Amino acid sequence: MHELSIVQGLISTAGEAAERAGARRVKSVKLRLGALSGVVEGALLFSYDIATKGTALEGSELVIQNLPVVIWCPSCQQNVEIAGIQKFRCPLCNTPSADIRQGRELEVESLEIEVADDHAHR
Amino acid sequence: MTTRIVELRQGVLKKNDLLARELRARFQDAGLLTVNLVSSPGTGKTTFLERTLRELRNDGQRVAALVGDLETENDARRLAASGAPVRQIMTHGICHLEAEMIEKHLQGWNLPELDFLFIENVGNLVCPSSYDLGEDIRVALLSVTEGEDKPLKYPSLFNSADVAVVTKTDLAEVCEFDREASHRNMREIRPDVRIFETSGKTGQGMEEWYEFLRLERKARRGITTVSSARLR
Repeated sequence: MHELSIVQGLISTAGEAAERAGARRVKSVKLRLGALSGVVEGALLFSYDIATKGTALEGSELVIQNLPVVIWCPSCQQNVEIAGIQKFRCPLCNTPSADIRQGRELEVESLEIEVADDHAHR
Repeated sequence: MTTRIVELRQGVLKKNDLLARELRARFQDAGLLTVNLVSSPGTGKTTFLERTLRELRNDGQRVAALVGDLETENDARRLAASGAPVRQIMTHGICHLEAEMIEKHLQGWNLPELDFLFIENVGNLVCPSSYDLGEDIRVALLSVTEGEDKPLKYPSLFNSADVAVVTKTDLAEVCEFDREASHRNMREIRPDVRIFETSGKTGQGMEEWYEFLRLERKARRGITTVSSARLR
């Protein structure tokens, strides 16, 4: 259970960006979460509400976009999405591949913030 | 009030990742190969590392280790018996090591005087997978007593490992360990994984592991670490 540490990272990353953008309030934080990130969505959401109390992200909603694993298939010569993370093989031709093109993401995609009207026009 | 969207596209663990990148560059400059050992508690990481440190040292390699645990310095004491420089990282409840802890505990060590640095992570098969420590090689260990399906149960970690080491092979027969199934499972999760089968107790399979380390250091650092055993 390291989701609390992850949320600390989120608070510093997103919190700093919100401050730079002159946010009065952060409404939501959109997170891209790869299936191989090693992070559990439920635990993250649970930790988020607790850990953001008293920070720039307090009261904001964490919106998680789950990303499946995509591998490069050397036989089909293309990126293919795999179901789950139990079998790293091309679903079309069954060739194994360790070349991961998507699925490790743990990144803040964007923030939805409220800014004072004068700030918004800059 | 106006609502605005701020595009960010930034890693949540960016601070850790940047620091890990700096560490990796330092290891590279120092000609040092760094290995991060990860497993469940009780797999035998410390016994495996104890033997590795002792035998590489006897072979003339300059080795050091950082060992992570929630509490106690017991493992550092055990490993220090090898004669190698060893430091304990006590995380006080944190379930994984982070790059910052590595940087802090390296202070005072002259890295160019080392050939290999081993990092024994906190016993945990989940959390360490998210944290880059600047290592060259990540090793997942799995003991014959744990069951062959461990890689399927903890795919994120096994997928992130370049090398899998099966430990306690001296107990394989008693445990009715299914070797084929374990290899198959590891390869389903990480098709290009290198697998070693070892016993830290009897020394079985350890020589292949050392040979792999020497070759990796040569390949990645362009430095030949001559084995004294082969000079004899």
